[in-house]
Amino acid sequence: MTRIVLSKPDIDRALKRIAHEIVESQRGESGLVFLGIPTRGIHLAQRLAALVAEIEPQDVSVGTLDVTMFRDDLAAKSTRMTVPTEIPASGVDGRTVVLVDDVLYSGRTARSALDALTAIGRPSIVRLAVLVDRGHRELPIRADFVGKNLPTSTSERVNLSLVESDGVDEVSIA
Amino acid sequence: MKHLLSTRDLSRDDAVAILDTALDMAEVRQRDVKKLPTLRGKTVANVFFEDSTRTRLSFEAAALALSADVTTFTAQGSSVSKGESLKDTLQTIEAMGADFIVLRHQHSGAAQAVVDNRWVDAHMINAGDGTHEHPTQALLDAMTMRSRLKGDAARGSDLDDISITIVGDVVHSRVARSNAWLLHTLGASVTFAAPRTLIPRGIDHWGAKVVDTLDEALDERPDVVMCLRIQRERMSSGFFPSETEYSTVWGMTPARLAALPDTSIVMHPGPMNRGLEIAGSVADSAQSTVTDQVTNGVATRMAVLYHLMGADS
Repeated sequence: MTRIVLSKPDIDRALKRIAHEIVESQRGESGLVFLGIPTRGIHLAQRLAALVAEIEPQDVSVGTLDVTMFRDDLAAKSTRMTVPTEIPASGVDGRTVVLVDDVLYSGRTARSALDALTAIGRPSIVRLAVLVDRGHRELPIRADFVGKNLPTSTSERVNLSLVESDGVDEVSIA
Repeated sequence: MKHLLSTRDLSRDDAVAILDTALDMAEVRQRDVKKLPTLRGKTVANVFFEDSTRTRLSFEAAALALSADVTTFTAQGSSVSKGESLKDTLQTIEAMGADFIVLRHQHSGAAQAVVDNRWVDAHMINAGDGTHEHPTQALLDAMTMRSRLKGDAARGSDLDDISITIVGDVVHSRVARSNAWLLHTLGASVTFAAPRTLIPRGIDHWGAKVVDTLDEALDERPDVVMCLRIQRERMSSGFFPSETEYSTVWGMTPARLAALPDTSIVMHPGPMNRGLEIAGSVADSAQSTVTDQVTNGVATRMAVLYHLMGADS
């Protein structure tokens, strides 16, 4: 049975709130870089960057961070395709990087992202923003900005759809 | 995919996936930190029964870039000179802890025999077997063609509308075979130009056209001219009258390059015999991809190692 837990207005509202929280936490810092983790994190990063720029004109750039080659389960799973990493020309050194992912679950993707980021540069601050936190962490990792905390059981599946890739904004549990 | 033995085993989608990963690996090679942790704790054994500099160094660089440990075995001065068999040599190397074996061997079909007879469990990569195949060379050549001819549109694409002339010593060339099969799979049209003495029997089954002069092939204005090395070490005399005549009739000269469109590229797998199959000035021209091929070789081999490591392999 599939149950819709977030509809489009809920997602819009959650992202707007996260954008405000990011602007607030950013006071006095210079340069925000949103790095989306493929695939849906890319779209969320672009939306957040646009929202932040709307709230307060500032130095905002967006990119993509592929974490595939940094995962710890590569030999145990079937081959995953890599996605191009695109770092804004201004780089990440000395800036505030916000890693953006769709769903936070075990924390292993976020761990891979931290390693991948270290190989690219040295931001002054790294933060993590996710649309959904479904719990069940396997590593000591937490998100700084969460759209919605969703208590789930491990047997449930969280499906997150976005207009850019799926034609509709929706989060459901199956 | 557990092994890479032949380009004939690759579907179009397999090949495009490897080439796309290779693009991402090439981007990593441009970074300050050029290393990925992907193969940490794994060992890649380069087992070379035949001389090779660029292929061995390229596989070494690829394995190191993925954080693998690398051991290198060359037949010279080894137990092979005491009569040890291929099976025993490979089992010894695997017993020391090799997860990947990169095999270069003078006999056609050597890597295939190792896998068919289940002599080892490691992932096998054929790095050249006799005059048979050299699949990673064909993949790096395809990557070079895609990137040079398609630029930003390279990702996800095959070589559907690309025409390639392969000129020279086809009969002794594993590069030609692996390329012919891969290029056919990727939808390219391939023409071979070579003296009849250097055309193998059975070439009609390669899905390519054969012409009798290089100029006939160049009249079609191909997108790619791939020069093959004249393999002096594999050749007893009598395949062609003289080196001077060969370079006049079959060599990629400045005049022949000038007659090609500016967008066409000239490839050579190396090592080059400058002045024989390719003129020095052609090899150094902007249309030459010789150094691109070397750079792309490392990225391609990283991609191959990565695609073999997954659990579905």
